[in-house]
Amino acid sequence: MSRFRFVLGEIGQGLRRNMSMAISVVLVTFVSLTFVGSAALLQMQIGKMKGEWYDRVEVSVFLCPNGTPRVETCAGGEATQDQIAEIRGILEAPAMDSYVDEIFFETKEQAYEAVRAQAGDEDWFQLLSVDQMQASFRVKLTDPTQIDIVMDEVAGRTGVEEVLDQREIFEPIFLVMNRATVLSVGLAVVMTVTAVLLITTTIRLSAMSRRRETEIMRFVGASNFFIQLPFMLEGALAALLGAVLATGTLWFGVRYGVEDWLSSSVGFVTDYVTTAEVWVIAPILAAIGIAIAAISSLVSLSRYTKV
Amino acid sequence: MIRFDKVSKVYKRGARPALDRVSLGVERGEFVFLVGASGSGKSTFLRLVLREERATSGRVHVAGREITTLSQWKVPGLRRQIGVVFQDFRLLQNKTVFENVAFAQQVIGRPRHTIAREVPETLELVKLAGKEKRLPHELSGGEQQRVAIARAIVNRPSILLADEPTGNLDPATSAGIMKLLDRINSTGTTVVMATHDEVIVDQMRKRVVQLIDGEVVRDESEGRYVVDSEAAAAAALAGASADRADREARSDRARTGRSA
Repeated sequence: MSRFRFVLGEIGQGLRRNMSMAISVVLVTFVSLTFVGSAALLQMQIGKMKGEWYDRVEVSVFLCPNGTPRVETCAGGEATQDQIAEIRGILEAPAMDSYVDEIFFETKEQAYEAVRAQAGDEDWFQLLSVDQMQASFRVKLTDPTQIDIVMDEVAGRTGVEEVLDQREIFEPIFLVMNRATVLSVGLAVVMTVTAVLLITTTIRLSAMSRRRETEIMRFVGASNFFIQLPFMLEGALAALLGAVLATGTLWFGVRYGVEDWLSSSVGFVTDYVTTAEVWVIAPILAAIGIAIAAISSLVSLSRYTKV
Repeated sequence: MIRFDKVSKVYKRGARPALDRVSLGVERGEFVFLVGASGSGKSTFLRLVLREERATSGRVHVAGREITTLSQWKVPGLRRQIGVVFQDFRLLQNKTVFENVAFAQQVIGRPRHTIAREVPETLELVKLAGKEKRLPHELSGGEQQRVAIARAIVNRPSILLADEPTGNLDPATSAGIMKLLDRINSTGTTVVMATHDEVIVDQMRKRVVQLIDGEVVRDESEGRYVVDSEAAAAAALAGASADRADREARSDRARTGRSA
């Protein structure tokens, strides 16, 4: 007990003596862990969006429309009833049974109605006629990851203008988010290196300013662990404080930036990361912070507090 | 208590050894003066006892243990049996007299009630009772050294090492410190004191071990202070074995080499 109080006293003294250094350690770990946390949250968001969207993913088989052909398979003009029947036959074949869940045929009229339902008030809709629309098959898959098999089967057939993997619509979003993750991780690495160097320097300064104490400790036979403990705890404490600040920042960011603002202004995503996810990564951030401090301590203590 | 067995210490490869095949025994409860010029090996001797340094060759026994091969994590255990006092006191300036002495007990995990009992006892012993709350800069040099001695003995070590403890003190104060060390010795603590102080050595009439260039040239019980050149001459005259002569010649060469 008295040992514990003594160590606490030593830590307090060490932190007071090196106040500005302690603060900079806290801030650097804070920034570095905020980037780590942001990267984690971004990846969690991507996971959520994939889960949400990929389950609803369909393959759209657009049939040749009436008009100037844009692709070779449509050289024969609008898709005929025979061609439509042939494609339906392919999709409904027993071989495709295990991949295809449901097939829905959308006629030109239905497509027109669907557009009207969404954009009937718009000016450009008045220029649109049923004949300009395009019939299509919507194929729901049993397993979205097997999408290529279905696509290969129907793509390039006469009467098929285009086969669209709906996942591709989301790819640019995921690309941006993945790039943002890489950036976050990159910055986190740089900041972590800075944190390690800074903690090392702090411990060195701290060890120098307490050289006389540690020298006497050695001479009266204090154990190495006991001599080094205050330094280690000092670093761990500062890093932990940084982790707490980072968690707080992420919490505020998610609470007010995502839960309040983003989910009300960007509606096409329904499943956003929440503060619950922040609490999931909080202990990880704390662990990383302490690991940073521990590594720096091990590096510097063996050099600056010779026993 | 302390036994050196043909101990050599070379700090830098190829350089003259700081200690050269020193064999020496100190019995439990003995009081030994270690005399010799600066660089003669006194400090190296003390550092070897503390395992601050490892001997290059030979064996060092302290308190029944062979310490040259002692593993690093057992060194603190060894040091708890040894108290050390330095010429420059090495007190913690921001701590009071009481705290300075208590520090030595806190850092080895003594319980608070033990500290509350033993620190005042020790301060009483070194005649500093009533000055517990003073800071080091409010004390005279002699008083500061008493605090340092209190800190060295508060954990009741069986050996007390003193490296020129009177080096910074005037003769009257030094005499007081010597009286204190003598009293500590009389309670059974082995005391090894490195010193330059001729007056003190002559007054105390204790065992004197004289080192020149890392070699023991004189070892007398109830000895007096003898200047190096005379001691060396006497040693050469007395023990003129082939081995000794050979070593003398070598150290002579080394000395000539240095002055050149």
